[in-house]
Amino acid sequence: MSTHSLEDRFQHLIDHEEKIEARDWMPDAYRKTLIRQISQHAHSEVVGMLPESNWITRAPSLKRKLALLAKVQDEGGHGLYLYSATETLGISRDELIEQLLTGKAKYSSIFNYPTLSWADIGAIGWLVDGAAIMNQVALCRTSYGPYARAMVRICKEESFHQRQGYDILLTMSKGSDEQKEMVQDAVNRWWWPSLMMFGPNDEASPNSAQSMKWKIKRLSNDELRQRFVDATVPQAEILGIQLPDPLLQYNEARGHYDFGPIDWEEFFEVVAGNGPCNKERLAARVKAHEIGAWVREAATAYAEKQKNKIISTVSVA
Amino acid sequence: MRDWPLYEIFIRSKNGLNHKHVGSLHASDPQMAIQNARDVYTRRNEGVSIWVVEANHITASNPDDAEVLFDPATDKIYRHPTFYELPEALKHM
Repeated sequence: MSTHSLEDRFQHLIDHEEKIEARDWMPDAYRKTLIRQISQHAHSEVVGMLPESNWITRAPSLKRKLALLAKVQDEGGHGLYLYSATETLGISRDELIEQLLTGKAKYSSIFNYPTLSWADIGAIGWLVDGAAIMNQVALCRTSYGPYARAMVRICKEESFHQRQGYDILLTMSKGSDEQKEMVQDAVNRWWWPSLMMFGPNDEASPNSAQSMKWKIKRLSNDELRQRFVDATVPQAEILGIQLPDPLLQYNEARGHYDFGPIDWEEFFEVVAGNGPCNKERLAARVKAHEIGAWVREAATAYAEKQKNKIISTVSVA
Repeated sequence: MRDWPLYEIFIRSKNGLNHKHVGSLHASDPQMAIQNARDVYTRRNEGVSIWVVEANHITASNPDDAEVLFDPATDKIYRHPTFYELPEALKHM
């Protein structure tokens, strides 16, 4: 069979909503795109633990601390599911980690913003996780089986993340004037970066068409962004806060909220490594990897010792 | 046959779904285990893919440890969305 007909057959399967599994034939570019996308997603889960862990020791109550710990713990687990899914495509965990630590691989730019007050933890849960869930629910139907299954598991676990964030903001918004100001300030800072999480506008996203054809992506960046805005505005009203966009208003004709233009210059600056916390985040990951070296060495040494024990027992017998 | 190892058999019923444990059988080697699994477990189109794993390669948790392993999760109710009450106006998040 020629490559051409293999590709036709592959596309035919995709068109008929069949899933692709690890041992199935796939075009090289499909494999490469998936490795890049799923590993970026994995890196984002892992780096995403950093801004939130900043507040674990300073959570205002034991209840909030337990919830935040549980959320950060989930994110570590989500990174693991996604790294494992990436490895089914023929790349090693070590290579993936190296790509993150050397800065060769990207992670979601949102995590390069700082968490300045406790209200930021609420805003991250509500807006950042809300945006992530919007994207991830769509990805439960992605064409690559191991990725889709990881997404189903992640979405199920993540359903509490957004609620705990909203709950934090709801409580603070019923508090003192100072607490209300903290909520408004956090939302002011996180709103636009959250909208940027969906990526460039469709016409400025050249790889999107191929990813849509392969059903790696199921909805376009702009479609997902619109869904997020539509879902979030009523939630902001219940909180009694203003979303920082004077152009935000319901468009009867479209049946959607219109919103103002996004500052893509800021987005690309952060992607390029010039956001407020890029260097700090990467340095924290590198440091964690380095100071964790003894754990990996000890585990290997222990496994080696156990193996030798078994061999010596066998040879004595 | 006496010395043939036991294999645990996992079948994927359809692309997109996980392989699922369906049972076990004896075979002289993994290839034979796949052939036998195909005859025993997929006679009615139950599967599109088979995994076989020698049973003694599976490390299982000890049932006596179940309490230690799994009980700590039961009181962590804050890991569930229902722990967080939403306002009446907002019942879907």
